[in-house]
Amino acid sequence: MTGYVIRRILATIPVLLVVSLVVFALIRFSPGDPAALIAGHEALDWEVEAIREQLGLNRPLSVQLGIWFRDILRGDLGNSIVSKHPVLELILQWSVPTLSLALLTEFIAVSLAIPLGVLAAWKANTWIDRSVMVFATFGFSIPVFWLGFLMIFLFAVQLGIFPAAGYVAPTEDFGAFLHRMIMPAVATGVVLMALIARMTRATVLETLNEDYVRTARAKGLTENAVLIRHALRNAALPILTVIGLGIAGVLSGVVITESVFAIPGLGRLLVNSILARDYPIIQGVILVVSAVYVFINLLVDLSYAYFDPRVRY
Amino acid sequence: MARDRQAAALVEVRSRKERLSQIARNAAYQSRRNPTMVSGIIVVLIMALVAVSAPLIASADPTYVDPFSRFTEPGALFWFGTDNLGRDVFARTIYGTRISLMVGFSVACLSLFAAICIGLPSGYYRKVDAVVMRVMDGLMSIPSILLAMALAALLGGSMQNVIIALTVVETPRSVRVVRSSVLSLREQMFVDAARATGVPPLRILLRYILPNAMAPLIINSTFICAAAILTEAGLSFLGAGLPEEVPSWGNVMAAGRNYISSAVWVIFFPGLFLTITVLGVNLAGDGLRDSLDPKLRRRM
Repeated sequence: MTGYVIRRILATIPVLLVVSLVVFALIRFSPGDPAALIAGHEALDWEVEAIREQLGLNRPLSVQLGIWFRDILRGDLGNSIVSKHPVLELILQWSVPTLSLALLTEFIAVSLAIPLGVLAAWKANTWIDRSVMVFATFGFSIPVFWLGFLMIFLFAVQLGIFPAAGYVAPTEDFGAFLHRMIMPAVATGVVLMALIARMTRATVLETLNEDYVRTARAKGLTENAVLIRHALRNAALPILTVIGLGIAGVLSGVVITESVFAIPGLGRLLVNSILARDYPIIQGVILVVSAVYVFINLLVDLSYAYFDPRVRY
Repeated sequence: MARDRQAAALVEVRSRKERLSQIARNAAYQSRRNPTMVSGIIVVLIMALVAVSAPLIASADPTYVDPFSRFTEPGALFWFGTDNLGRDVFARTIYGTRISLMVGFSVACLSLFAAICIGLPSGYYRKVDAVVMRVMDGLMSIPSILLAMALAALLGGSMQNVIIALTVVETPRSVRVVRSSVLSLREQMFVDAARATGVPPLRILLRYILPNAMAPLIINSTFICAAAILTEAGLSFLGAGLPEEVPSWGNVMAAGRNYISSAVWVIFFPGLFLTITVLGVNLAGDGLRDSLDPKLRRRM
């Protein structure tokens, strides 16, 4: 077990290394003069020069790379070009709404999709199964921002049940937080829900054909016990994988829903920085979000070992 | 001589007829056996038709600004209403079909090609594999829309650059698909036999392994097409994709962002087209998976 954990943790190092190299390369190998690109069309020569100096773009590439890694290891992601604030500080400040929204999204998606998937597998090839699958196919195809706006139009503008936009920290007023976040969380979560429901249905359906399920039924267990303790439990691993992979989708979706529902999170920070060509922030957000994603998948992999002893090879 | 030629021509005519009727019979058979794929393909074909004949369907200029008819409700004159600049949403939606399909199709083809070029050698040569797969893992751990956004912003938001950005984002998953097929195929007997008879590696890769690795790759490409259409719309909607004046669905909807309570139609109709198109592509992909790769059918 310890060996597996250590090996798995070490395996994240090359991935993180590649991520940071990609982020490093993004601006250095883009066509044209990056400093001029960041400064914008109307910039004067000395402004372009100042940006080149600030980002160290006038040094040799190898030196830039050294400085880049040194700074990352120190936790220094540079300063914003527009507001001059340290990037890491900005990211920490803006990440609370994103994280709380992402967690709520995962929670809603998992708690709705797994029962739906089990239900569909249990009632395989009936209208219940078919409607769950139709919902799942739709869920893949609906654009997050369109769904978000339709929800705003229906529930905020027409019915007035939920506020159209805004954010309240969960630590401040949890009720108000839920009230405002439920629409964005559902909009973001539909894709994940579709994914999890499909996977749950497929794997549970497979386990329902196993001998041990027949044995469980034959020895007179209730259908609930058969479904949850025997079928779902043995189907847990692939479902867990999908939940882990789905986090990337949630993080991508959150970036968009934040703009739709005016939530001051990392997605908004990123979009604003892209529109303002504030490159250090763009680099920082991509780096931090990807690192979080790698870390979450590490946790998912480690929990495999916990759920399934066969994984600890 | 002449009779020979006549006979040959007759045979050809008959065989062409037979082939047509065979295609028709096959289509009928498929639609009974695989209604998912057929309905998906029909949706995609209709959208392709709309894209090709856009000027015939929508007579209005999608970029024509008319300040006197801002926010006209959907009606006889403007079927889908007008946006904040008085542009005809119907014309913009119809023309948007062209852009979305082009983006989706281009990204699917380019990433398919890139995945073959990268995945084939990677699956075949262990040393290449170690390096390539680490790079792909790294690229895949950056959430797609973030990377696409940054790439599009850096390259500059033209059609070509958005397509390149989306290709870079979508390719790694295809590379994984190709690589895993190659990994299992290279141990197969027929590949061993080819190697033993002295077939050069490039030929083994292209003539023996590639054809057997195509099915999962093509299935994956349909899903990439759907994902690319969605991501492009998302990018343009956020103002980080195609330039504003291009009537892509994302841009058309972006015009209605601040007017959701007064002019919902600006967002509703293009979004509906977008959803239906993506749904069609996804259905086609699902059906294709069922018929090309029966082993996978049970899994999803």
